[in-house]
Amino acid sequence: MTGTAGLPPRPIAGVPRAYEFPAVHRFALANGMRVVVAPMPRLPLVTVLALIDAGAASEASGLEGVASLVTRTLAEGAGDLDGAEITARFERLGTAFDASADWDSSVARLTVTRSRLDAAFALFATVLRGATFPPADVARRRDERLAELAQQLAEPRGLADERFAGFLYPPTDRYARSASGTPRSVAALDAEAVRVFYADHYGPRTTTLLLVGDITADQARLLAEAQFGSWVTGARAAAPVEASPGAVRRRVVIVEKEDAPQSELRVGHVGVPRSHPDYLAIVVMNAILGGLFSSRINLNLREKHAFTYGASSGFDWRRGAGPFVVSTAVKSEVTARAVEEIMREIDGLRAAPPEPAEVALATDYLAGVFPIRYESTSAVAGALAGATMFGLPDDWFARYRDRIRAITPTAVHAAARTHLDPDRLMVLAVGDAGVIEAPLAALGLGAVERHASDDDPAEVAR
Amino acid sequence: MRIPVETYTLSNGLRVVLSQDPATPIVAVNLWYHVGSANERAGRTGFAHLFEHMLFQGSEQVGANEHFELVQRAGGTLNGSTWLDRTNYFETMPSHQLEIALWLEADRMARLLPAMTQEKLDTQRDVVKNERRWSVDNQPYGTWWERLPALCFPGDHPFHHSLIGSMEDLSEASLEDVAEFFRTYYTPDNAVLTIAGDFDAPIARTMVERHFGAIPRGNGRPPLADMSVPPTFGGWRREVVPDAVVAPRLFLAFRVPPAGDGDWYAASMLGAVLGLGEGSRLPKRLVRELQIASDAGAYTFDLSKGSDLLICDVTARPGVSAERLETEVAAEVDRLITDGVTAEERERALALLETSWIAGLQSAGARADKLSQFATYKGDPSLVNEEPARHAAVTVEAMNAFARARLGAGNRASLLYVPNAAQEAE
Repeated sequence: MTGTAGLPPRPIAGVPRAYEFPAVHRFALANGMRVVVAPMPRLPLVTVLALIDAGAASEASGLEGVASLVTRTLAEGAGDLDGAEITARFERLGTAFDASADWDSSVARLTVTRSRLDAAFALFATVLRGATFPPADVARRRDERLAELAQQLAEPRGLADERFAGFLYPPTDRYARSASGTPRSVAALDAEAVRVFYADHYGPRTTTLLLVGDITADQARLLAEAQFGSWVTGARAAAPVEASPGAVRRRVVIVEKEDAPQSELRVGHVGVPRSHPDYLAIVVMNAILGGLFSSRINLNLREKHAFTYGASSGFDWRRGAGPFVVSTAVKSEVTARAVEEIMREIDGLRAAPPEPAEVALATDYLAGVFPIRYESTSAVAGALAGATMFGLPDDWFARYRDRIRAITPTAVHAAARTHLDPDRLMVLAVGDAGVIEAPLAALGLGAVERHASDDDPAEVAR
Repeated sequence: MRIPVETYTLSNGLRVVLSQDPATPIVAVNLWYHVGSANERAGRTGFAHLFEHMLFQGSEQVGANEHFELVQRAGGTLNGSTWLDRTNYFETMPSHQLEIALWLEADRMARLLPAMTQEKLDTQRDVVKNERRWSVDNQPYGTWWERLPALCFPGDHPFHHSLIGSMEDLSEASLEDVAEFFRTYYTPDNAVLTIAGDFDAPIARTMVERHFGAIPRGNGRPPLADMSVPPTFGGWRREVVPDAVVAPRLFLAFRVPPAGDGDWYAASMLGAVLGLGEGSRLPKRLVRELQIASDAGAYTFDLSKGSDLLICDVTARPGVSAERLETEVAAEVDRLITDGVTAEERERALALLETSWIAGLQSAGARADKLSQFATYKGDPSLVNEEPARHAAVTVEAMNAFARARLGAGNRASLLYVPNAAQEAE
C-alpha cells in the first residue's frame, strides 16, 4: 500500500543491531554435577535453576504424579528445618523456592537479588540435598494437589486438555494421564513413595545447575563447589522414553457439559518427539497453521468467522511423541462448522506449499522475537534448561535464528504432509451435547462418542 | 536502580516519555489512552473494550489484518488491554523496527474512522461475546471481576458496571458509537506515548514529531462523573453466589485510598503481609495450619480514582463450608488488627517487593507500561522510581494504624462463591 498524499509514508526498517544470546559457560564438578553459567550483568539479579533428569515419564505405573509431589514437598523439611521455617527464610531473602515437574525433568528455581545470592543459594542447596519429606506435609500437599485436580476438571479448558490426552493415547501409555497424576493415582501417594522417587532420581549425576544473571563463571564455580561439591547419592539417570504411536483412527468425542454456552474444542493427533530432525520445519509450519495471531486458523476462526475469541495450534515437545493439537473455544451453535474450518486449514497446508511471503512472516517473526523472549534471567535459565533436557548442541541458541530463516516453503510443505495427518485426527468437544452432537455427526468424520464429564478413559481401562 | 526518564509534550498535547537502555537491541512502544469502561455511557457497557478490538482492524493506511501482521513480520510482539480507567496498546520490536510501530500507532490515532465498517464491527462484537463466554460465563468463578466492583461501588459510580459488558449492550453498539468514542477520547491530548529500550533520542523525537505532530488536539473530553466515595463501606456487605464450582471461594474486599495516593502504600504493604508468598499470613494459617484452603493471597485492585480495593482471595478445599472459610479469613484479618504487624513481617514484605521490582525492570515492555501508567495517573512518569522508597517509608506503626482504621468490620465486602449443590442443600 502506498502512502496517502500528505501523510507520512510507511517507514522502512533501519539497520539491525547485532544481538548475541548470553555467552554460556559449562563445566562439571568432581561428583559429576554439571554446571551451566550465563552472565547477564545488567541488573543485580540471579536466577538459580536445578534441572533434575527425572519427570513424569520416569514414574512407575500406579505412581503417576509422584515426580510432581516430590517437587511440591521438597521445601517442606530439610535438615532440622521445617517447611514453615524454610519458607520464611527464603522470603526474608526476598525470594521463593519454586519447584515443579514436567514430563522429562523436574526443576527447582529461585530468582534473587545479587546481594542475597549466597544465603539463598546455601538454603537452596540445603533443600535440594537434604529434603526430609515429613509425612504430614506430604499428605497435605497431596490433598492440595487433589483439590487442584478437582478445580481443573471443573473448568472446561482443564477438562478438555485432560480428556484429549486420555482419549488420544492408549491407557497403557503414560501420556494418557496428566503429568501431575490423576485423582486416583495421586490419592494413593504417600511419604514413602515420595522418598523412594527422590532417592532414586535426585543426585549430582542427574542434576544440572544453572546460574544466570549478575554472576561470573568463576563465582558460580565457587558457589557450586561450596554447596554441592560434597553431594553424593545413588541416583541414576532416567531411562529413555519410548515414543508412542497413539491412536491411529479418527475419533469424535463429546464430553458432556450441560447448557455450556461454548464448546472447548481440541482437534489433533499424536505428534513427534522433540529430537525429530524436522523440528525447525515443524515449528515454522505450525506458526503458519495456528501458532501466531496472524496464522491461518486464527484468522479464519476469529477474524473471518467470529466463532471464537482465539484459536491456536501447537506441538507439545517432549522426549516422547507429545500431542499436536488445535485448541479453541467456540460458541456452541458453530461447533461443527469450526471443526470443518480447522480441517480445511489442515488440508490446505498439506495441499500446496505456502507462498514465500507467508513463510517469511513466520520466520521473520520467530527470528525477530528471539531477543525479546530472552530479556530476563529467568527466561534464559528456562531456555538453557530446556536445551539441556533435550540434549541440544551447545551452539543451538547462537545458530537458531539463521536456521529458522533458512526454512523454505518446500520444507514447510513437506513438514505439513509428513506431520499433519487428517486421517488420524481426534476431535474432542467439551460442551452441550444436545446442541452439538447432531451437527458433529453430520460432518461424517465417524460415529460420535458421548461421555460424561467424570468418565476418565485412562482410569476406566486400567 | 532507576529507570531513566525524559519527558516532553507535543504542541497537540501528546505527552511523550523516552527511556533509553541500549543493553539489548529491543525497543518498546506503549500508548495509554486515559479512557476505560468508566467513561461508557448508560446502555453501552463493554464499549471501551469492544473499541479496543476495533483499533486492530486497520486505519486509513493499514489494511484489515495488517496491524498484527506488520508487527509480527517485523519480529515484534503486540497487544492491547482495557481497564476501568485506561486503555493501553503496546508493541515490543527489534530496535531497528521502531518507526513501523510509531507509524502504526499514529495512523490509527489520526485516521481510524476511514477504515471502520459495519462488517468489522459485527465481527469484533461476536469475538468479544465469545471472549465473554470464555472468560466469564463458561469459567468457574468467572463472574468475580464484574461482581466485585458492582458490590463495592454504588450503582451510579463509573466503576460499578461490567468492563466486559452485557451481551445486550454489546449488541447495541453502533458505528456511530465508534466514531463518537474515537473523536472524544482517542486524541493526542488524552494519551501518553512511551518509548523504552534501545533507541537514539534525537532520532526518536524526529520520528514522533513526523508521525504524531500533525494530529489535531481533541475538543476536550467530558469530565468523569464524581468518583469520590466515603473512605469505608460503613459496614460489612455480603453477596453469596451459587455457581458451578467445586469449592467455595471468598473475595474479601476493603476500601482503601486510590492507588499511589498517601496511605495506599500502607494498604499495599498490608496486602503483602497478608497474602504475598506462601509465608504470608493467609496462606500460612489457612493452607498450611488449618488446611481448609488450597490457595490464599491478597492484592490491591490498582484503581487510581475515587477508591482502590485491597482484596483477600481465598479458595477453600472441596468439602469445606463457605461459612467456615469466611469465618477463618475474617479471624486472620482480625488477628492482624489486634496483634499488629511485626518488624520482621515488614522486612519480609519489602524484600519480596524489592526483588519483584528489579525483576520487573528486565522487560522493556514492562518499563514502558509503568512509565505510561505514572504519566497518565500521576502526571509524572519519574514517580515510578519512587515506588520502592514509598513502600520502604511505611512504618510498622503506619501499617497498624491503617489496619485498625480500614480492615475492620466497618469496611468489608464479602463476595462468596458456593457450589450449587451446597446451596440447594441448605
